[in-house]
Amino acid sequence: MELIENIVLQALQMLVVLTLAPGLTGLVRKIKARLTRRRGASVLQPYRDLARLMRKEVVLAENASWLFRVSPYMIFAATWVAAALVPTFAIGLHFSWTADLIAIVALLGSARFFIALAGMDVGTSFGGIGSSREMMIGTLAEPAMLLVAFSVALVAGSTELSNVVAFMASGDVGIRVSMGMALIALTIVAIAENARIPVDNPATHLELTMVHEAMVLEYSGRHLAMIELAASLKLLLYVALIGCVFVPWGIAPANAGLDGLIAGLLLFLAKLVALGFLLAVFETSIAKMRVFRVPDFLGVALMLGLLGTLLLFVSRSL
Amino acid sequence: MIGFAVTIALCLLALSLAATAMRGLSMASVAIYGSSALLCLALVLVGAGTLLTHADASGMRIPIGLPWLGSHLHLDALSAVFVTLLGVGGAAASAYAIGYGRHEHEPHRVLPFYPGFLGAMVLVLLAGDAFTFLLSWEIMSLLSWALVLTNHRADETRKAGYLYLVMAGLGTMLLLLAFGLLAGSGGGYDFAAIRAAKHSPALAALVLALMMLGAGSKAGLVPLHVWLPVAHPAAPSHVSALMSGVMTKVAVYGFMRVAFDLLGPVHWSMSVPVIVVGALTAVMGILFANVDGDGKRILAFSTIENIGVIFTALGLALAFRSSDMPVLAALALTAGLLHAMNHMLFKSLLFMVAGAVLNATGRRDLDELGGLIHRMPKTAFLALIGVMAITALPPLNGFVSEWLLFQAVLQSPKLPQPGLQFLVPAVGGLLALAAALAAACFVRFFGVIFLGRPRSDVARDAVETDRWSLAAMGGLALLCVLAGILPGFLIDLMAPAVDLAVGARVPVQGGNSWFTLIPVAEVRSSYSGFLVMVFVAISGGAVAWLVHRLASRRLRRAPAWDCGFPNADPVTQYGAGSFAQPIRRVMAPLLGARETVTMPPPGDMSAARHGVQTEDMAWRFCYQPMIAAVFYATTRLNALQFLTIRRYLTLVFGSLILLLTGLTIWN
Repeated sequence: MELIENIVLQALQMLVVLTLAPGLTGLVRKIKARLTRRRGASVLQPYRDLARLMRKEVVLAENASWLFRVSPYMIFAATWVAAALVPTFAIGLHFSWTADLIAIVALLGSARFFIALAGMDVGTSFGGIGSSREMMIGTLAEPAMLLVAFSVALVAGSTELSNVVAFMASGDVGIRVSMGMALIALTIVAIAENARIPVDNPATHLELTMVHEAMVLEYSGRHLAMIELAASLKLLLYVALIGCVFVPWGIAPANAGLDGLIAGLLLFLAKLVALGFLLAVFETSIAKMRVFRVPDFLGVALMLGLLGTLLLFVSRSL
Repeated sequence: MIGFAVTIALCLLALSLAATAMRGLSMASVAIYGSSALLCLALVLVGAGTLLTHADASGMRIPIGLPWLGSHLHLDALSAVFVTLLGVGGAAASAYAIGYGRHEHEPHRVLPFYPGFLGAMVLVLLAGDAFTFLLSWEIMSLLSWALVLTNHRADETRKAGYLYLVMAGLGTMLLLLAFGLLAGSGGGYDFAAIRAAKHSPALAALVLALMMLGAGSKAGLVPLHVWLPVAHPAAPSHVSALMSGVMTKVAVYGFMRVAFDLLGPVHWSMSVPVIVVGALTAVMGILFANVDGDGKRILAFSTIENIGVIFTALGLALAFRSSDMPVLAALALTAGLLHAMNHMLFKSLLFMVAGAVLNATGRRDLDELGGLIHRMPKTAFLALIGVMAITALPPLNGFVSEWLLFQAVLQSPKLPQPGLQFLVPAVGGLLALAAALAAACFVRFFGVIFLGRPRSDVARDAVETDRWSLAAMGGLALLCVLAGILPGFLIDLMAPAVDLAVGARVPVQGGNSWFTLIPVAEVRSSYSGFLVMVFVAISGGAVAWLVHRLASRRLRRAPAWDCGFPNADPVTQYGAGSFAQPIRRVMAPLLGARETVTMPPPGDMSAARHGVQTEDMAWRFCYQPMIAAVFYATTRLNALQFLTIRRYLTLVFGSLILLLTGLTIWN
């Protein structure tokens, strides 16, 4: 009986992230539009886009291989599983011990790996430019992310997110310099990983500075829908991650009752809206960087991550 | 057990002699490779059997060798782990060679050395005294040198062979010194005697440094790695697979045998150089793999990276052990051993892939390949598993060992020494950087070789490789997947060796939750490759099925879009050089990368040229000064060749006096 309940909860978590993800993307777009005095498309527009793409036929490049057709599903599945392992409204879910924060980073790495390969498959120059730049960004973002994971794990004594959140919510943490550094580093990583301004521009197409869009240029129809959905899921994952580690209050503990779960869910929605708003404000107030300035930007994250970790090695209370 | 293992080793050596007699026979290559494969499978049985039955260490003595010593041979859990590793790697390489060897122009340049090389490696692992160890080590070096020179007419192969010979000679000399110090003035060369003896801390430090240099030069530690990226690729691909996948592990074994077994407890500060050199090796190796344009050389550079990862794990284990934390030392050591095993699996697989591509196209240069996923679909699929494993993507095996290593790094605040506390997180960052760079490197490796459009006619006309090769690669790929989703079995298998080295082990994995990896209790984290795979497969499969079922399944083939301006020339694709450009720029100071643009003078219509050069710092800061010093000394000493007889006699007399004085003072 308990097992069934656990499985239902886990399935609920997977459905929650899946259904909310396009909404978050739509919300950020909407706020950005309002901030620049445009009316903007409805928050629901990403859902409509997905439905439209799903119905359309796929136009496949002549020399595209099987890898090109399999990749969207692989990218989507890896991102979805990773997103489902980040605590959103409840912790202690039955499968949360399947993978810890390091494994979640690695799952996102798998998604990046496949999207970069897909970019190279058709053999166009745009695909190659996107893949090579994506891998360069990943080369710096991934270590920064792992260093953030180290600092968090050193404070909480575990890399398992459920344990981390339980510790963070317990109130023993207080305000720490190292956690502040980790928060800034994680934010920078999240911006870079999600192809947001100033690293990449999610709204642009046909520009020499584009990275993510260049890789997926040859995709269409349902394949493109899977990739767009995966991108939304990744944004939601990072927002949920920042939320659950740094603003852990309100997440339903293990074996919480129904009202605890509902409260957790509502608070999660509130956190999404608040963090999405902050992201939109940040994006509208900054300009896009040249590609070769991005390493400096990510270098800041790397150094902050390292400093935060080192501080914790000096003293566990910093 | 030991008798069986020694018999196999001697059979392999005898097979080498048989091969010289079989020159000219058409079936020679099948017979030699086939019997090597069978003998290697028997080795797996011996190794795994010893580990599974928790058999006690067994030894024997054969009266060959130094008159008062003979040859001691010895099989314990640590040897057994590496014997198993060698058996798997050797069996796969030999099975692959049955197909691959058919394409060889001069098989008799490989056949006589190949089984002997395997046999010598077995003897290194079984050696129970310093003399046997060094003798087998030298035979292993020389036979692999002969294998490197298979294609000796190519100029670069001869250079590689020379460089390898010099470095191997240097390495053996340093090992000789290390064992000499261990044996002491009494000359107890037997490992049991060395183990029983007490070693002073200064001596232990010196021995460990010599082992780092001696075994490290064979394994490819920076800055002694320079021979590896030229020598490993020069050999035929199945030999490259053995050299990279197995021989480097034999060097790791040599280091482990001395550092963890013979030397006894060591001071914590001695783990620092191991950790630092390991981490630097990891980063530098993979950086150079990222900018190289030759498929097999990329793999060799990546071997350097993985050796760095293994040595970092060994260094951490030394640190934990010296601070009396055996359980955490067991965690780090398990990570190291598991990574050694995993690296053997995927690196052998990838070298075989490179060999299959080389056979099909005759090219190693990435910029002349492309689009092979259409021409060689099976090889491409197996290569994809290989690159996924080596880039440490879950749920494959490379990720498991990296995960364990990161968990060990995270336990380092428990170390009492502030120096290590500062060092280890920085090392963790470097390891993360190396892992991310490996992803970039292997996206480039796979993408340029197998994806896109063919960049040459040979790539356009390539055909799928033979069945033997596919079977060998398929076997290794399957093992990569199995070791990734069920790592607990491998960890349980290796536990006796870990116990032998650090006196503790990680908990038994094959219990109730056999599909989940639960390291030591301090970690408080778990990882289940099996469930990750099930989740990804179910969610990906279900979504694909739903989309095809409920949404649309229509599909149309059309020319590539490429923003409306598709260019028909395959040269416009991203190639090896252009893909590496962002990383080359970002990491330029470390790579010594220089870009030069030569513009024609105004009015001249000829093309401008863009050149890129990278330079290994090891050459500039380590080898060139050394070479210059040797030249300086030799030119100065040259004068000694042109003296009169009186002066020579004076010199002889003078040195005699000097030595005798020295001896008197000594006594």
